[in-house]
Amino acid sequence: MGTRDCRHICGESSPAVGEAGKTGEWRDSFPVIDPEKCLLVRQNKPSCFLCWLYCPDAVISKTIPIQINMEYCKGCGICAQICPAHAITMVREEGLCLDETG
Amino acid sequence: MARKASIWILDGNRAAAQGVKLSRVQVIAAYPITPQSPVTEKLSEFVEGKELDAQYIAVESEHSALAVCTSASMVGARTFTATSSHGLAYMHEMLHWAAGARLPLVLACVNRAIGAPWNVLNDQQDSISQRDTGWIQIYARNNQEIIDSIIQAYKIAESIYVPVMVCYDGYVLSHTEMPVDVPAQEDVDRFLPPYKPHTILDPANPKNYNLVTLANPRVNAEGVLCHGYMELRYLLQEALQNSRETITTVGREFGELFGRSYANMFWENRLDDADVVIVAMGSLAMEAMVAADILREAGHKVGVLGLRVFRPFPKADVAKALKKSRLVVVFDKNISYGLEGATCSEIKSALYGNSVRAVIRNFIVGLGGRDVKARELVDAVNKSLLSLKEGDLNEEYPEWICAI
Amino acid sequence: MQDYYEIRWHGRGGQGAITAAKILAQAAYLEGYQGVTAAPSFGAERRGAPVSASTRIATQTIMVVSQVETPNVVVVLDHTLLKYDEVTSGLVRGGWLIVNSWRHPKELALGGDFNIATADATRVCSSLGLIVAGLTVVNTAILGAFIRATEAVSMASIEKAIRERFSNSEVDINLAAITQTYEITKLEKIK
Ligand code: SF4
Ligand code: SF4
Repeated sequence: MGTRDCRHICGESSPAVGEAGKTGEWRDSFPVIDPEKCLLVRQNKPSCFLCWLYCPDAVISKTIPIQINMEYCKGCGICAQICPAHAITMVREEGLCLDETG
Repeated sequence: MARKASIWILDGNRAAAQGVKLSRVQVIAAYPITPQSPVTEKLSEFVEGKELDAQYIAVESEHSALAVCTSASMVGARTFTATSSHGLAYMHEMLHWAAGARLPLVLACVNRAIGAPWNVLNDQQDSISQRDTGWIQIYARNNQEIIDSIIQAYKIAESIYVPVMVCYDGYVLSHTEMPVDVPAQEDVDRFLPPYKPHTILDPANPKNYNLVTLANPRVNAEGVLCHGYMELRYLLQEALQNSRETITTVGREFGELFGRSYANMFWENRLDDADVVIVAMGSLAMEAMVAADILREAGHKVGVLGLRVFRPFPKADVAKALKKSRLVVVFDKNISYGLEGATCSEIKSALYGNSVRAVIRNFIVGLGGRDVKARELVDAVNKSLLSLKEGDLNEEYPEWICAI
Repeated sequence: MQDYYEIRWHGRGGQGAITAAKILAQAAYLEGYQGVTAAPSFGAERRGAPVSASTRIATQTIMVVSQVETPNVVVVLDHTLLKYDEVTSGLVRGGWLIVNSWRHPKELALGGDFNIATADATRVCSSLGLIVAGLTVVNTAILGAFIRATEAVSMASIEKAIRERFSNSEVDINLAAITQTYEITKLEKIK
């Protein structure tokens, strides 16, 4: 069966979980949140959410505290960069052979 | 046939603007460039004077003009832009994008030479250089065909979701006034239904369009096998391959309503008994008819094939039309450097594998506004006839009619 | 009514040679000619610099798109342009050279084998006040001399074309200029 059944005539997709595949498998480092520092937790009201807004894979929940879906977090580190409270740090994945020295 | 029309004396640019107005275009974005500028001026006047209910979007470049049209078409608006020469070259990337996204844009290319060196006058190098962008290309011989082709272009484009470029010679047509039968709005409304987009951006039903598409087909989140990049390219080619039917049907319908039929992919002039055929595209096909008259008076059986639709190229029709010819003389206002004129290559490829054994001669003429006179075409045909007699059947490269 | 006219206009940028070419085409169409075209000389135009334009008039649809080579009428809006050879170049034997000049055709002493008509359109226009941005606009006035010499179109068709192209306030003065120039046109035919 060919691809005609999708009936698209240009490139097209609907936003859906996993649309770009298992992006969690791309990760070489992962974000760790320190809730003590997160502005949401400190103020206990919906406020900052910059990480939610900037995450290119939409894997950060809009909750207090935020939660990250590690199945699809690709480890880009944008959340850590954007966080005004430095509440997110990127930690190397163990056991990956990506290190030039290791 | 309820036909109301009136003859106006119009130059090509104003004929184009009238065609756009009659097509009830909704979004116009263009950047002025000689010799196209009067089209944009006229259209902005229409919008300003509320004669045309459209958004006229001022942009800082041709690339942006086509980006605006692409986006507007995506959300369901009928769009128009016009340009020439360097402006069209600057649109190159977006030309690919519009065709790839299957958006039925209509663009008027007022044919002009490309630098270096600077030249604002006519030849067809600009649109020929955009041959492989996936656009349908239609060339007008006179100002009547400009207005008619623009109206038809919308119907063609919106039926098969392929953008259409309507090309007409700078100055020779764009700045030359002649009688033009301007159709009545109600007739055009009957001919041209409103635009139905194939994609609509809708916040209630979010979509990604023209996203990163990988080499292989893939199953999407809903479990449907979707096209890879190559399947989408195939569909664009398929649309152009099959567009002949749409182009000729639309042309025939136009003829029924307006009395001027465009049911053929090219214009035939006295081909019935001709064994010598002149091929030319755009206004040159008019001058060629004058040349054919002169040659007929001298006893030669000469006809003219005036190319109208250059993409899709009507290979089978051309082969059929040239069946009886022993000599085909192709005049090109463009040059594919290192080979020959672009239309000559197409004619040759159309004849390959057929029983047509005509000798083909190619002349490069009229670059950068060089005037092309009927007597020069006559000389070229006579020279070709002579070379026939001498048995010199194969010439690798074209001849140029210039002062070198 | 001749079947086919090729008219070449010579003026200076700003004198309205191109407009004249267009008005004549329109008038000729109204007169009943099926084929009419009007074109500027292609390329850059600068105020004061010599410019040319052309009109073709025919009883049948015009196929020729190349530039006029052998005009049967040449109209010169500024007599100082006569010093350039290209002005009369290609003018056919027995054709008309029409010049905006106070001189009599004989005084121009051109010695070609064409007819000559002259009219002082500049004087007509300045007395009528047909002046735009400091330039007397002789382009419509000279149409009077054109009709007088060639009889290719009627005054009625010219008047219609003027009414279609100009706003009401401009019509009368332009028509007056054409009529007065028609009256004062001097003709000199070759034997
Ligand atoms: S921004 Fe990058 S690193 Fe942070 S959660 Fe999203 S995908 Fe993971
Ligand atoms: S950006 Fe930082 S402070 Fe803001 S919500 Fe995310 S973790 Fe909390």
